[in-house]
Amino acid sequence: MDIGFLLNGEPVRVRPDNPTETLLDWLRESRGLTGTKEGCNEGDCGACTVMVQDADGIRALNACILFLPQLDGKSVRTVEGIRADDGGLHPVQQAMVDEHGSQCGFCTPGFVASMAVAHANGQTDYDDRLAGNLCRCTGYAPIIRAAKTAQSAPVPQWTRTDPSSVEKYLGGSAKGVGGSAPLLPDSSDELADLYAANPEATLIAGATDVGLWVTKQLRDLDPVIFLHKCRDLQQIEDQGDTLRIGAGVTIARLWEAMKPLYPSFAEMLRRYGSVQVREAATLGGNIANGSPIGDSPPPLIALGATLHLRKGDNRRNMPLEDFFIEYGKQDCAPGEFVEAVTLPKDQPNLRVYKLSKRFDQDISAVCGAFNLTLEGDTVTAARIAFGGMAGTPKRASALEAALIGHPLSEESATRASAALEEDFTPLSDMRASASYRMESAKNMLLRYVHEMNGTQTSVLEVTP
Amino acid sequence: MSVTKPLPHDAGALHVSGAARYVDDIPAPRGTLHLAFGTSEIAKGRITAMDLAEVRAAPGVVAVLTADDLPFANDVSPSIHDEPLLSDGSIHYLGQPLFLVVADSHLNARKAAKLGRVETEAETPLLTIEDALAADSHFEDGPRIYEKGDAARAIASAPHKITGSLEMGGQEHFYLEGQAAMALPQDNGDMLVHSSTQHPTEIQHKVAEAVGLPMHGVRVETRRMGGGFGGKESQGNALACACAIAARLTGKPCKMRYDRDDDMMITGKRHDFRIDYEVGFDDAGRILGVNFLQYARCGWAQDLSLPVADRAMLHADNAYHLEHARIESHRLKTNTQSATAFRGFGGPQGMLGIERVVDHIAHHLSRDPLEVRRANYYAAPEATGPGTGHRYGGAHSDGKATRYAAPGPAERPSEDLASRGATDNVAAPDVPKPAAGVQTTPYGMEVTDFILHGMTHALAERADYTGRRAKVTEWNAQNPILKRGLALTPVKFGISFTLTHLNQAGALVHVYQDGSIHLNHGGTEMGQGLFQKVAQVAASRFGVPMETIRITATDTAKVPNTSATAASSGSDLNGMAVRDACDKITGRIAAHLAELHQQPVENVRFEDGYVYVGDNQLTFAEAAKSAYENRVSLSATGFYKTPDVAWDRIKGQGRPFFYFAYGAALTEVVIDTLTGENRILRTDIIHDAGASLNPALDIGQVEGGFVQGAGWLTMEELVWDDAGRLRTHAPSTYKIPACSDRPEIFNVDLWDGENRSETIYRSKAVGEPPFMLGMSAFFAISDAIAACGERYPDLDAPATPERILWAVRRQLG
Repeated sequence: MDIGFLLNGEPVRVRPDNPTETLLDWLRESRGLTGTKEGCNEGDCGACTVMVQDADGIRALNACILFLPQLDGKSVRTVEGIRADDGGLHPVQQAMVDEHGSQCGFCTPGFVASMAVAHANGQTDYDDRLAGNLCRCTGYAPIIRAAKTAQSAPVPQWTRTDPSSVEKYLGGSAKGVGGSAPLLPDSSDELADLYAANPEATLIAGATDVGLWVTKQLRDLDPVIFLHKCRDLQQIEDQGDTLRIGAGVTIARLWEAMKPLYPSFAEMLRRYGSVQVREAATLGGNIANGSPIGDSPPPLIALGATLHLRKGDNRRNMPLEDFFIEYGKQDCAPGEFVEAVTLPKDQPNLRVYKLSKRFDQDISAVCGAFNLTLEGDTVTAARIAFGGMAGTPKRASALEAALIGHPLSEESATRASAALEEDFTPLSDMRASASYRMESAKNMLLRYVHEMNGTQTSVLEVTP
Repeated sequence: MSVTKPLPHDAGALHVSGAARYVDDIPAPRGTLHLAFGTSEIAKGRITAMDLAEVRAAPGVVAVLTADDLPFANDVSPSIHDEPLLSDGSIHYLGQPLFLVVADSHLNARKAAKLGRVETEAETPLLTIEDALAADSHFEDGPRIYEKGDAARAIASAPHKITGSLEMGGQEHFYLEGQAAMALPQDNGDMLVHSSTQHPTEIQHKVAEAVGLPMHGVRVETRRMGGGFGGKESQGNALACACAIAARLTGKPCKMRYDRDDDMMITGKRHDFRIDYEVGFDDAGRILGVNFLQYARCGWAQDLSLPVADRAMLHADNAYHLEHARIESHRLKTNTQSATAFRGFGGPQGMLGIERVVDHIAHHLSRDPLEVRRANYYAAPEATGPGTGHRYGGAHSDGKATRYAAPGPAERPSEDLASRGATDNVAAPDVPKPAAGVQTTPYGMEVTDFILHGMTHALAERADYTGRRAKVTEWNAQNPILKRGLALTPVKFGISFTLTHLNQAGALVHVYQDGSIHLNHGGTEMGQGLFQKVAQVAASRFGVPMETIRITATDTAKVPNTSATAASSGSDLNGMAVRDACDKITGRIAAHLAELHQQPVENVRFEDGYVYVGDNQLTFAEAAKSAYENRVSLSATGFYKTPDVAWDRIKGQGRPFFYFAYGAALTEVVIDTLTGENRILRTDIIHDAGASLNPALDIGQVEGGFVQGAGWLTMEELVWDDAGRLRTHAPSTYKIPACSDRPEIFNVDLWDGENRSETIYRSKAVGEPPFMLGMSAFFAISDAIAACGERYPDLDAPATPERILWAVRRQLG
């Protein structure tokens, strides 16, 4: 099959050697565009960041875990194309020179790409926009100075791409079937048929997880089904009292949707991963892979979300917590896929806490979500769920029971939190010891009590 | 003059447009082959059988090599030849290279390398400091001991005495560009090697031995690295040797770069340490006697561990005058990656020990830690004014500092004399005796340039230490869950290679007939801006604009026998060598023009792109053309050796350092007592770069060094499992500071003063010293924990949320 996209404004057609050839390898090895760097090959350092534009806008993505078929019909701009053909520098590039934002220079192209995206989108929350770009030399201060310096400069004409021109040049690429050709369904109906017929296929949405199967585990995935063209899976539907979130909705869009409803959930989603990860990763992927440390299931379980699965024309629904059976095992049949999640809009007491060694772009040691219903001071209902405490994301049923019927106070919380030891026997690993996981999970309940009482509990909210 | 100007990095415009080439970006000739190592899955044992048939049969594989296939030396050690390129049958750590795959692509090589079937006989590995101590597994014949006065007696008779112990973790360099090399076969079997290395001469030496050539058969070129931090001082040897061996075997260019996970599993990191201490002090907190036991976990091979551990001992005083001190250092051999150079080179570990002692004393006496620090500071020098170059008393060495034994018969592999790990053939030098009445370090060096009193005062005033101390106390009283902490810590860091003979550098400068200048020296560019600083020196000497100078890649064929760009020495050494070369050429041009215009040579000046000869004015290009036409040599080498250094590392006596660089940082943090989460709120720094050659680049080193140092002591945690497998081998599990982890308020100033020693334009080295400013974050966290209770927090490093939570727990009882 052919893939078509715009590369630095020029149309290109590619026939990938295999469906999981990464954009980074292709840029560097086939096109000789070596400005985009490989720093980690797993989407954590951002040295390979590129600008990707489609009808939904301009995004920063990690080229090391972006497969060529995912680019079909889009526009890609690398650091070489952020500079003008005549050598003129983009305002963020010039500011990076003037403000001494580069030292060794290896992370710089990735920073420039992230900064150019933020600049084009008018985003100025730089600590967050650049959380997915690691620099080991500068301490970041001059990079932030550069971003601010360039902020008010106009977006250069040469970096503008009319998204509709992409379609004009490249629309209607062939769909492959079988063999090593990737499968690219256009709708969930088509996906349902394809997956039912090819239940051994690997589904790829954002590739932030599957990408590492390829780049780190060196697996040859075949066949694969790419989901990014299924627009109907990317809808967020307001159904009055509930929201139905399509499985293909990215974490970035979910974050936006949660901001007005559940600020605490939204703040956790900001820390779920870097911009580059949030713009690629999908809610469906985060649930379907069944990871015990996926960050979206705990708050969704605490909200009482419903999961919608589909196989062929058969659909079934279940409480999200029932999907996770044990480590590595979900209630999901061959050929069945996650279609959507429905969550309620009226749970104001939801609070979500994510613990990790680093605030940004780090996997949780523990992720806790608390949703208590109070009548007066008394807890009348409780939904509490944790990630990182067991082989699956899981409700803390004993803790919930220990809280119900009691007042929500520091004293009762301290007493009730002992029940967590019935709920969980966490493991020790490189992120945290079992005892830290248990202790901090208990303390999250105390934090919840303090937070509900109006006490400041987050170091992120302290001003110097 | 170009020096002192805050010019941007010379390659800034290339960096931002993706046009700066690193090793993996150099267009490879058609047919270039790619390499990957098959590595060990156990930490200790022996290979009983190795079946590589599947590896050989894998797609794209051209050759598979084991130790038996190596034509010459199987050695990539920078010191005592204990580090084979490929296992000789014994296995010393999990991740050790066992065999080498040569394939048609990077991916095919990596895939094939996973297919080896290696049968092993496993033994119980020694993984921790305690394991190694129990097994008496040491490098060197025993502990090194440096002593001054009688620490035991001073402690015994002191009014107060405390003991304690501090563990501090290692640190992954996480240079953004992983290790990489490419070897291109030349005529006569010679090799051209592109290497991402801080030490091209060592690469040249090791490659020459690996392919059986004299050093003249190997040329190593390094234009730039994507970060080094010490991690590319010796750790690139394996890749360069592998490439050269494979290139020799296949006749094809060969390239190797580690995938990030391989890089972290294979290469060495900062040494982790445990430091036990015992200190006696008076009511004011003045240290009367201190005893340190330093345990360094060195990993499986010696590498540069001895000088690293030496430097930890040499910084056991940091900024404090110790009348009676004993420092005992154990260099422990374990079955883990061979720890190596990392910014500070043991200095940070040694310093953290004494800072912990001072902090502990202050807590014990309920005194402000800053007050106790100041009470222990070295004395300020007598008022001679900065920049006089005055050096105090003492019988300085007179150039006969280092002697070498006569070289033995040419055996391979030979001692790598250009390595900091060199140990053979270096005789004990005559060391200077300190003058009476001058304060000395525990190793007998006079401290005559101590400027921290003024710097500390300025910082405490500028950042309002006293006022904020009171505010922090008040805030903590009102906040039950979150606590703030504050700490001001100083840095005094010794500048020079402690292996004295490495303190030399060479340069090569050409002036072409059009007046353009080609600049080369032995230093390497890893982002620190060395090339620009040195070019600024050259531009100043010739009186020309920067555009006239072309900075060129470090090349062993242009400047030979270079030392590693390490020990912060880059601009000190190479700046001076370049000055020497430039001055030779300007001297010749001046002599020629003076004669031509019948003027005294003193009347010739090089300024603003012109050469002035009395009342005559020529452009520099006209002067160059005139010199050429009159058969004046326009090319010169330059050379420099640091004066006055002489050091006996066995006795621990002498003057290992030409001078000290200073800095001080005040950091405020906030911690969450329920989770241990923490954040740096504000950092103020004053750092001493002497008369800065380029204040912008120097501030860049300070900002970056601080964040890297704070990372070492907070979130960066290396975790090995019980089998010896490093579990934090990628950025997904090993967390270096990200953008939002820098202090929200971050004020960095340079201390305005000239180096008292005669360095290049009186500047000071600035690569490593700012790293240790990160200690202020660690002690601020400890201060916040101390606010939760009565006891001393006894915080170990790194201060992860987990360690902080446990320390808070201990406070709460």
